[in-house]
Amino acid sequence: MASGEEDGTVEEKETNNKKRTKGTIATAWLTFYNIAMTAGWLVLAVAMVRYYLQKGTHKGLYRNIARTLKFFQTFALLEVGHCAIGIVRTSVIVTGVQVCSRIFMVWFVTNSIRQIQNEESVILFVVVWTITEITRYSFYTFNLLNHLPYFIKWARYNMFIVMYPLGVIGELLTIHASLPYVRRSGMYSLRLPNKYNVSFDYYYFLIIVMLSYIPCKNSTHNKTS
Amino acid sequence: TARKAVVFFEVEILDAKTKDKLCFLDKVGKILPSFSLHWYPARQSIRLDPKGKSLKDEDVLQHLPVGTTATFYFRDLGAQISWVTVFLTEYAGPLLIYLMFYFRVPFIYAPKYDFTTSKHWVVHLACMCHSFHYVKRLLETLFVHRFSHGTMPLRNIFKNCTYYWGFAAWMAYYINHPLYTPPTYGEQQIRLALTVFLFCQIGNFSIHIALRNLRPPGSKTRKIPYPTKNPFTWIFLLVSCPNYTYELGSWLGFTLMTQCLPVAFFTLVGFIQMTVWAKGKHRSYLKEFRDYPTLRSPILPFIL
Repeated sequence: MASGEEDGTVEEKETNNKKRTKGTIATAWLTFYNIAMTAGWLVLAVAMVRYYLQKGTHKGLYRNIARTLKFFQTFALLEVGHCAIGIVRTSVIVTGVQVCSRIFMVWFVTNSIRQIQNEESVILFVVVWTITEITRYSFYTFNLLNHLPYFIKWARYNMFIVMYPLGVIGELLTIHASLPYVRRSGMYSLRLPNKYNVSFDYYYFLIIVMLSYIPCKNSTHNKTS
Repeated sequence: TARKAVVFFEVEILDAKTKDKLCFLDKVGKILPSFSLHWYPARQSIRLDPKGKSLKDEDVLQHLPVGTTATFYFRDLGAQISWVTVFLTEYAGPLLIYLMFYFRVPFIYAPKYDFTTSKHWVVHLACMCHSFHYVKRLLETLFVHRFSHGTMPLRNIFKNCTYYWGFAAWMAYYINHPLYTPPTYGEQQIRLALTVFLFCQIGNFSIHIALRNLRPPGSKTRKIPYPTKNPFTWIFLLVSCPNYTYELGSWLGFTLMTQCLPVAFFTLVGFIQMTVWAKGKHRSYLKEFRDYPTLRSPILPFIL
């Protein structure tokens, strides 16, 4: 055998080994990530049930779980990174839009507008999110471990039929409830005159967000993944 | 006199997606006629490979890599609209919309301001610059540009008009607002901004003329553009698409002149789009011409 041919096969083997190692690292990380997120949302679920059983009311429940909710929902930003580097085969834009819409609700509505934190609509969407995320992350985990129980697969593809519209209703009602407080406080808004010659009215922005739910939440992207 | 043998072709045309036989022509002469089923010629894409590039109107059957039975694939490009129509509509909009805000037409600002004019002279200057820019674009569309393609998909006109008209309204609202704040560094800033703006407008126009002169009327040939006697074209030494470079410069000038964040935002979005276009054009120049100058960058000298 000529030495040229030998070198060729050795190089090929090296690149294949590198690819395989990268693949294993990616799978290991994703498995860890999905287990961690499943655990996180389970903790959230347990905390909510305990609170309600102890206090008998939903008032103050959001305050109680706010830190945990913000932490795990924000952590989900990593998923955009996963798509960007290619270890998850989903569009960066689709994932980005979904995560951003969650981040927006958590940080720019329920976190900033304290007066609405005891609304029933908040509990509604938080419960929906919790059930959805536990199902989703455990689905991914089992998939990565190549052992998918039928129940999880069923839940993933069927529960969203009820969960999705309920979540949308919860979010819309929450934004709607926040409107009077936003208007009164003028929060996140910039008035004229100012040296950058621009203005922003958070009140009208929220109304536009609510209206955009109609086209955005109806798109086919949202009905899978 | 010897009779020249004329080669006749058989031509079959299949649908690119379903592979159904749409049409069979058993005696085709030298040039493939554009056939109409229900689709006018501009909508028809005829190609040798279902996923390949469209054949051009000028392509000659004898010179294509086909046997005596030629198989072509047909794709419907959807409703088409001419480039000239799109350009005129998308540029006329901002021109008129801006003027509506400038003259403070009713229902935009508070009623006491209806039909008043701004007390700041920079606002008048901005209106002149903005209007000049779009009048220039309209005239260039009518008299200067030579388009490679006749048409584009119809939905583009809605997309493009939303972009141009929307941004024009957003910018014009703040610049012509009764509570507008003139630039922080006053006359110095405005003078510099105007210089940059005018320099880049002349530059942009020079490039359009140079590109027009590359191509004889009615032809669709492609050549490498080179600097001419006009100093504004010397930028061709460093950049493939200096028309975009000058366009960016014009809008930077306008941003500086008005000190208005929506204008800055419009400039940024335009810059991103033009960079995408410039990179594409640069890449196709490199592909098409072996001797393409290596010093050139797509849009910003040495940078981008």
